[in-house]
Amino acid sequence: MSPIVRLIVQRIALGVLLLFLVSILIFAGTQILPGDVAQAILGQQATPEALANLRAELGLNDPAYFRYFRWLGGVLTGDLGTSLTTGQEVTATLLPRLWNTLFLSFWAAIVAVPLAIVLGLISARYRNGWVDKLISGLALTSTSLPEFFVGYLLIYLCAVKLQWFSSISTVYDGMPFLDRMKAIALPATVLTLVVLAHMMRMTRAAILNVMQSAYIETAELKGLRPIEIIRRHAFPNAIAPVINVVMLNLAYLIVGVVVIEVIFVYPGMGQYLVDHVSKRDVPVVQAVGLIFAAVYIGLNIVADIAAIVANPRLRHPK
Amino acid sequence: MSVSAAPLVKARRRIPIGAAIGLFFTGLFLSTAIFAPLIAPHPLGEIVGDVWMPMSAKFPLGTDNLGRDLLSRMIYGTRTTIFIAAVATALSFTLGSILGFTAAVVGGWFDMTMSRCVDLLMSIPTLIFALVVLSVLPSNLVTLILLMGTLDSTRVYRLSRAVAADINAMDFVEAAKLRGEGRAWIIFREILPNALSPLVSELGLRFIFAVLFLSALSFLGLGVQPPQADWGGMVKDNKDGIVFGISAALMPAAVIGALAISVNLVADWILNRTTDLKGGRGNG
Amino acid sequence: MADTLLDIRNLRIEATVYPPGEPPRTATIVDDVSLTLEKGRVLGLIGESGAGKSTIGLSPMGYGRGGVRITGGEVILNGRNILQQSKNGIRKLRGREVCYVAQSAAAAFNPAQRLMDQVVESSLKHGVANRAEAEKRAIALFKKLSLPNPENIGRRYPHQVSGGQLQRVMTVMALCPEPDLIIFDEPTTALDVTTQIDVLAAIKDAIRDTGVAALYITHDLAVVTQVADDIMVLRHGKMVEKGTTFEIIKQPKQPYTQALVSVHHIEHEEKQPTPKPILSVKKVTAAYGNGIIKVLKDVTVDIHPSQTLAVVGESGSGKSTLARAITGLLPPQQGEIIFEGRKLSSRLADRSKDDLRQLQMIYQMADVAMNPRHTVGTIIGRPLTFYFGLRGAERDKRVKELLEEIEMGAGFIHRYPAELSGGQKQRVCIARALAAKPKLIICDEVTSALDPLVANGILKLLLNLQKMEQVAYLFITHDLATVKSIADSIAVMYRGELVRYGSKSQVLTPPFDDYTDLLLSSVPEMEIGWLETAIAGRKMASAGN
Repeated sequence: MSPIVRLIVQRIALGVLLLFLVSILIFAGTQILPGDVAQAILGQQATPEALANLRAELGLNDPAYFRYFRWLGGVLTGDLGTSLTTGQEVTATLLPRLWNTLFLSFWAAIVAVPLAIVLGLISARYRNGWVDKLISGLALTSTSLPEFFVGYLLIYLCAVKLQWFSSISTVYDGMPFLDRMKAIALPATVLTLVVLAHMMRMTRAAILNVMQSAYIETAELKGLRPIEIIRRHAFPNAIAPVINVVMLNLAYLIVGVVVIEVIFVYPGMGQYLVDHVSKRDVPVVQAVGLIFAAVYIGLNIVADIAAIVANPRLRHPK
Repeated sequence: MSVSAAPLVKARRRIPIGAAIGLFFTGLFLSTAIFAPLIAPHPLGEIVGDVWMPMSAKFPLGTDNLGRDLLSRMIYGTRTTIFIAAVATALSFTLGSILGFTAAVVGGWFDMTMSRCVDLLMSIPTLIFALVVLSVLPSNLVTLILLMGTLDSTRVYRLSRAVAADINAMDFVEAAKLRGEGRAWIIFREILPNALSPLVSELGLRFIFAVLFLSALSFLGLGVQPPQADWGGMVKDNKDGIVFGISAALMPAAVIGALAISVNLVADWILNRTTDLKGGRGNG
Repeated sequence: MADTLLDIRNLRIEATVYPPGEPPRTATIVDDVSLTLEKGRVLGLIGESGAGKSTIGLSPMGYGRGGVRITGGEVILNGRNILQQSKNGIRKLRGREVCYVAQSAAAAFNPAQRLMDQVVESSLKHGVANRAEAEKRAIALFKKLSLPNPENIGRRYPHQVSGGQLQRVMTVMALCPEPDLIIFDEPTTALDVTTQIDVLAAIKDAIRDTGVAALYITHDLAVVTQVADDIMVLRHGKMVEKGTTFEIIKQPKQPYTQALVSVHHIEHEEKQPTPKPILSVKKVTAAYGNGIIKVLKDVTVDIHPSQTLAVVGESGSGKSTLARAITGLLPPQQGEIIFEGRKLSSRLADRSKDDLRQLQMIYQMADVAMNPRHTVGTIIGRPLTFYFGLRGAERDKRVKELLEEIEMGAGFIHRYPAELSGGQKQRVCIARALAAKPKLIICDEVTSALDPLVANGILKLLLNLQKMEQVAYLFITHDLATVKSIADSIAVMYRGELVRYGSKSQVLTPPFDDYTDLLLSSVPEMEIGWLETAIAGRKMASAGN
């Protein structure tokens, strides 16, 4: 088992290194680019004194690396800084929102993953048949439609015309579970549709790739039935690529969540980020950006580890 | 192995129906973009009626949240959206493919550095990275194009590097190197002709991505700024009407989808009619 | 004929093909082929690629690869017409009455399952035996096929055993459900020659001891001579000739069969070494991966003007690395390359244009050695422009001359590689090398991807060109038969080292070192009973040690 453990440890270490570099990049993106935070906050008409005061207050006169490590130290101890516009602790505001976003993504994933795998299997099984063509046609359409088209169409039909749901997905602390579920029904549906097509297409490709292997022919020439071939020979070899597909698309999901939260005015991280980008509230943007990147990198690590664990060559070394 | 080697190439003379539809609509959108001022019934910013008027003979798609003609704004929006997306795609392609090809052919430290930088850029979701940068930079045309072009060039880099590395490992490239050919001949005469088809099809996909990405940014209020009209921004302007049962926001959103589907159909077709590298006739 | 197991009558098989730039059309893969196979007999199906032999071989299993379909005739197995069976009926006989041994066992085993599970799968599926019985039989068969550690090898995964062993396990997998018929589809083609002989002997013993009938598909007449009772020769999907193995080998009636039997007979007189070699490799050591994996150790050889040095070895012997070191693609760690008395720079980038011109290379896969987007005219013409500055009509004239020299004709100048046959592609590559007027051409396995008769044509062409153009060859190959026909001197390589080197007559005259002996005695000869003699000789040798 040792080479497997070594590879996994290596992969995680690489992920941590990547996250560190990403934090530098995000910091650099907001600090060193030719825009001045103080100027951005106060606007073009600000007096030089006001600018100088704000710069001093924000610590902008310290060298960049110094400010970076001060920020990183804070992040590592759970202190994400103070919002420039509201003056509130970012960490305290952010945690409930993070929870809301994870709640929404979780339920979208719960629906999307099994559905995508089943549709992918059906597509692969009836390759080039009408079912396959229909599914890939729908997939093509749904990857081409912007999230807000699907979102507002659903609001228009289900909330305005049919009045089944509210057009705004309000959630609050202590909200009963079922109410909460009803509130996220529409955004979760849109989110599901957003990732479903990609996930399904890639699952189909992964399974077809396995089905074209010579050992599938061997199984066929043993007289096994198609279902036995899939269960005994195709599926065990398709697990790793499929897990990989799922993880990569869950990473895609956290991008989709930003726009969808804005559409449904859902109090999550995405909306928080967008609000504060237009207000040029740098500490909030840095914090939320870093968390999104961390989740994204984390999912990629899980995908790679799944591929490592599922590889028989690594599980059973020579 | 006569049998397994047979069907490698599907060369079709006739254009399939899906691709024909895609080509037609792509062409329609392009000419709308080019001739926008000639086609649009009303100027871009002119207030011509009441707020959110329904569809009528005078205003085929009704009016928007300020009482401007929706159709005219969408026609001008076609121009803005397609222009920015096209320039950003051109930038990402030039940047990505030149660097990707060079990395594949030169190898060594250049390849290492470039590839690791791209890995780093790609480990942050594109939209998030764009939002982080836009929190500091002003959201004007140049920023948007540079930002979208740079971020998207990472994907083009990966693809062109992979394609070029595959071709670079082939014996005919080695033969050219043994002959003493220079880098220019190897990249432009040996590799490029064989890498063209996958790249052209990718071009379509990147363009769609640029359109969707720009629309998302504008929808979030961080893309094209008023008084310019673009599709994503129009959705944002009119979204409050949805709750009153006014569908004005859905029109530009649907048009974005229509353009994306059309280009997708064309890209699919190009990819399918691509002949494989060995040129067919079996390989044995 | 009560004993008839398999009776194929007037079989016709078609497929849809997609030629580049043309509408799809139907091609006939197998045309009017009939054969009968009695119980316990072995029939060899032999032919070039495209002869339809695999397609015929798979027809008793009711299986067609890549969308081929049986459009005429009958395939009768154990009295039942396969073509009239339901899908379920066909599944019942696959893996029960007929089993299949594929060319590449490495790809044909499920990488995620232990070998034993895969070996006994058919027996369990068809209720031939319960698990314990099936495993017992499998272990007995592992022993019979002389697999190491027969009790435990079944617990291993496919990637944990070698290619030769895997091919034997695949044979066990086919034998385990005690079928009536086994299809062997090129079972030893992917193996090295010294491994092939053991696998071949194991397969032959197993067939004899179990009394199973077999269709043995191969392109190698010498191999099939060892295992088959009867042979059918196929070409372009049609039968050329059939008869007993003796008849086909000793009294072939059809010209095509006669050509196949006499394929290795090339007239070539060995030339003596000259005092001044054109190229000397002196104590060259080379390695991959920052010098860690040594693939070439202290190799010294000379190549003489207008002569051929053949470098022989199996996979992993370092013979192709030697070529890469000489060309400068892999600069050696130690040693030097002397060309016409001068030391060549070890790096490709540091060599002068004229040095590059003098040293040309021809590859194994002509398919990928030519840019598919260039015409034959560009491919051959580019070195003319690059080295000699020829352009326009002058260049075209020279290209046409070269096309004549390689016996193809000026008409090919505007064709693309995809429009050429395998042999023609290799000829164009030869012309490209000749265009540079080199003193030395490195030929890296140039005939091993070709069918025997085509390969023979290429060898004859190379020898002719050597006389006309006064060019020397460094001929890299794993095929000793080729070496015997064209070499002037021979270098035998094993695991990166030179084990034997000298003129052809010296190298091929006893006493031999162990490895050369093993190599020479492993090359199948077109003689009935050669396999038994070779195996017996080998046992004697090992007993003698």
